[in-house]
Amino acid sequence: MTVTPSQTVGPFYGYALPFPGGADLAPGHPGAITVHGYVYDGAGAPVPDALLEFWQAGPDGSRAGATGSMRRDPVTGAVAGRDGVAFTGFGRVATDPDGHYTLRTLPPGGTPYLGVCVFARGLLHHLYTRVYLESSPGDPVLSGLTAERAATLIATPERPGVLRFDVRLQYDGTHEETVFLAFE
Amino acid sequence: MESTQTDIDAEIAAADAVALPGRIHPDRDYPPYRSTVLRHPKQSLVVVRDPEAVELSGPVFGVTDVLGHDADLTRQHRGEPLGERITVTGRVLDRDGHPIRGQLVEVWQANAAGRYAHGGDRHPAPLDPNFTGAGRCLTDDEGRYTFTTMRPGAYPWRNHRNAWRPAHIHFSLFGTAFTQRLVTQMYFPGDPLHARDPILRAVADEKARRRLIADYDHDLSVPEWSLGYRWDIVLDGPAATWIEEGR
Repeated sequence: MTVTPSQTVGPFYGYALPFPGGADLAPGHPGAITVHGYVYDGAGAPVPDALLEFWQAGPDGSRAGATGSMRRDPVTGAVAGRDGVAFTGFGRVATDPDGHYTLRTLPPGGTPYLGVCVFARGLLHHLYTRVYLESSPGDPVLSGLTAERAATLIATPERPGVLRFDVRLQYDGTHEETVFLAFE
Repeated sequence: MESTQTDIDAEIAAADAVALPGRIHPDRDYPPYRSTVLRHPKQSLVVVRDPEAVELSGPVFGVTDVLGHDADLTRQHRGEPLGERITVTGRVLDRDGHPIRGQLVEVWQANAAGRYAHGGDRHPAPLDPNFTGAGRCLTDDEGRYTFTTMRPGAYPWRNHRNAWRPAHIHFSLFGTAFTQRLVTQMYFPGDPLHARDPILRAVADEKARRRLIADYDHDLSVPEWSLGYRWDIVLDGPAATWIEEGR
């Protein structure tokens, strides 16, 4: 069958796709870690209208996910938020006017990385990348890359429980472009 | 200097002339759409062939995430929105033609006057207090989705001088795997702006581009009520075998 082509998310998704609590996969959980950073373009300027989605294994290694990422209150229709028990594995966060995002989650079990899907105005087809929470020798993706390229996928610890991960959509003359992935 | 439509038309023709035949998705490096210039990677994508990749599974949604009336964008406020009432329906399929069941479909769009309910939209067309333009639903067991909404208007943008986007509805889709994720736009048949729009024309292959244009379906039109459009969506990307077998 002919596949449906991608089109840009455009600039006006903000009242439709982001939802309250979208960036907090483990509300109230004492074991949650913070992953944050900026999205930059090829001029080194922050991208204030990018949308990042995250998909990861649960802390127990499960890849089944769970419903309830955007759980709703049937009375008011408002987003009631995750129930704090089920780990849905899915996060969605738009960059702010500084091009910054913050995600709170639990480290996945069995794999060292979070899957990331990047959308933006000016990006006609989304991009996949990964946040590796630690350097992971022997990982089939990292081991095929030069050290400089692999480094774009590995989050930098800033202080206990807080990691920095930037996305660079294009080489800006100084900083390495993020490694983006295709799946076959 | 600001480009004209004639400039853009020439750039589109030049891009078409060197496009890979049969390519489905737009090239991320597509200069006629100016915002792509600094927002596409220059390095090749790194191909992952790991059957254990987490991305071969994906997020799930359910009845806790979606309310029944979310699919009717004309019923989100006290009054009736202005414009032409339409229903849009179709099936979400994987590339083997299997239905994507129970999965989230999200839509957003401009109102009938071509204005988004978004603070960043400065087009001097009226907002409609009875229309926000965002909806969602879950596909049924045949992969079917249905929305009731208003036909969106065309609107200007600043890609080049006198640039107008053809009327469209934004769609966000999930498959059974994160690799099948798709955000795209549905267009309406017969719009003279299609040929001039660098976002639609970024899909160089004509057959693939037709995939983005809904069919008017008179049998879906409801007498004295609404016009009907049909639009099926086929998701790209691999999924884990165990998920396919389990569904």
